[in-house]
Amino acid sequence: MSKLEVRDLSVHYAGRAGSNTHALSHIDLALDPGDFVVALGASGCGKTTLLSCIAGFMQPSAGEIVLDGRPVIGPGAERGVVFQKHALMPWLNVTENVEFGLRMRGVSRSERRRIAQDKLRLVGLEKFAQSPIYQISGGMQQRVGLARALASDPEVMLMDEPLGALDALTREQIQELILVLWWETRKMFFFITHSVEEALFLATEVVVMTPSPGRIAHRYKVDFGQRFIECRNARKVKSDLQFIALREEILELIHSSRAASELEANAA
Amino acid sequence: MTPASVQTTDAVPAQAAGTTPVAPHAVEAPVRTVSGYHLPGEGPSTLISVVTVIALLVLWWVATHYGWIRDIFLPRPERIFTSFAEAWKGDIEGGKPLSEHFWWSLYRVFAAFVLACVTAIPAGIAMGVSRIARGIFDPPIEFYRPLPPLAYLPLIVIWFGIEETAKIVLIYLACFAPLAMAARAGVRGVMIEQINAAYSMGASRWQVIWHVVIPAAMPEIFTGMRIAIGFGWTTLVAAEMVAATAGLGQMVLNASNFLRTDVVIMGIVVIGVVAYLFDLLMRYIERLVVPWKGKM
Repeated sequence: MSKLEVRDLSVHYAGRAGSNTHALSHIDLALDPGDFVVALGASGCGKTTLLSCIAGFMQPSAGEIVLDGRPVIGPGAERGVVFQKHALMPWLNVTENVEFGLRMRGVSRSERRRIAQDKLRLVGLEKFAQSPIYQISGGMQQRVGLARALASDPEVMLMDEPLGALDALTREQIQELILVLWWETRKMFFFITHSVEEALFLATEVVVMTPSPGRIAHRYKVDFGQRFIECRNARKVKSDLQFIALREEILELIHSSRAASELEANAA
Repeated sequence: MTPASVQTTDAVPAQAAGTTPVAPHAVEAPVRTVSGYHLPGEGPSTLISVVTVIALLVLWWVATHYGWIRDIFLPRPERIFTSFAEAWKGDIEGGKPLSEHFWWSLYRVFAAFVLACVTAIPAGIAMGVSRIARGIFDPPIEFYRPLPPLAYLPLIVIWFGIEETAKIVLIYLACFAPLAMAARAGVRGVMIEQINAAYSMGASRWQVIWHVVIPAAMPEIFTGMRIAIGFGWTTLVAAEMVAATAGLGQMVLNASNFLRTDVVIMGIVVIGVVAYLFDLLMRYIERLVVPWKGKM
């Protein structure tokens, strides 16, 4: 049974003139397969730093990240990443982008074609397999990003505000797609957003983070994503009274913590 | 339920759309300019440019036909055509047909350009991906880059003589610096997310350089190639001042010795047209090789 654990993780940036930015302070997280953890917070709360550490792009100052009992010491194919700016390769077409990781690891051509077709079908892009990346819409580019991350069959999907650059309507469609992918693959999902509604809709656990130093202020166990899987009606789930009440509670929490930190900053 | 249930069309791709619906009345109601509101430099300028060119040609014709300027300083426009015809047949000083001059010049520029491409692009990429290569190449390139080629031409003559080698070396040096700089800038400008994405899919450092960094730098490298071939063509005349017996630059210089102003002007026009055709060719290749440029 695979498991992702973040234990007592801290990150300091050495700033200019000896100042020391405390980006993350004593973060603990644990994910099992089928967990969908969403880190929520205003910009500067360290959520992207946390994702970069899990992805292996950044070395934490203290603490450790363990996947399947092995410490994370660099990037690896068992942790798929979906970026805000999709980061696709425009010199490759849709299929070649999805195959990229497999090709780098020496998977045979026929095998990676098969996998790419399968993943493109999952995200509903089989008709655009041969399209150039720069001719498809932003929403479709992000679907390619999802298919590409899934192609390596990672244990963990790390998503850094993947829907941040999309318009509101496309964003809701991709949210639903992500929930379906999560439900079908039962992988561990770690997702970053600053939208409270998005966090509540997708997560099995919402982790609310606050800045300076970046830390976890609150955790909420929720099941709205699973409710969507059962009824397939996003509007119904999002207009549920429980959903609205929780959304307001979290918004209140974020605003009060921001006001507090501003007061602190003014006092100092 | 299958995932297909959530895949609705979030948009059609730009090309598949084909006939984009145009807003009704778009044709009948053109955008009206508001009096009192002007963006600096707005409006078309093509007509003004055409009128200017025609006016200059007319002025040239009038000034030469009415004897305002002596023929030896500025020949009549039609003399340019006849000198072109003469040069074509080799009926000018030096006795070589225009095509021979043209092929010699083309050979020198292209030989130097190809040499520059196979050396400057790898050097620039190395400077972008390795601090050691950057440390080694930076001082010499930054030193000679701003020098005018005519300044180091005497040195090249001392080292390489007055044969073809010296000419090609001079043009090569003119091409090298802009190409290396462009390749380096292209490598430095690669999106960090693309590199991170490749690493997170299990790519090695060399795979990242070969499969991500170099393709991503291609648009910049092409811009550098366009600038480099322009520089090379500019340096050609300087290179052909060194005891050449053929070449467009030599033809112009030789004609000036005989005060054949018409051949000088004709040669300048030919050099200009060829330079423009080079640029068109490079742009065409660019569209084929990096079709995504400016679209991501």
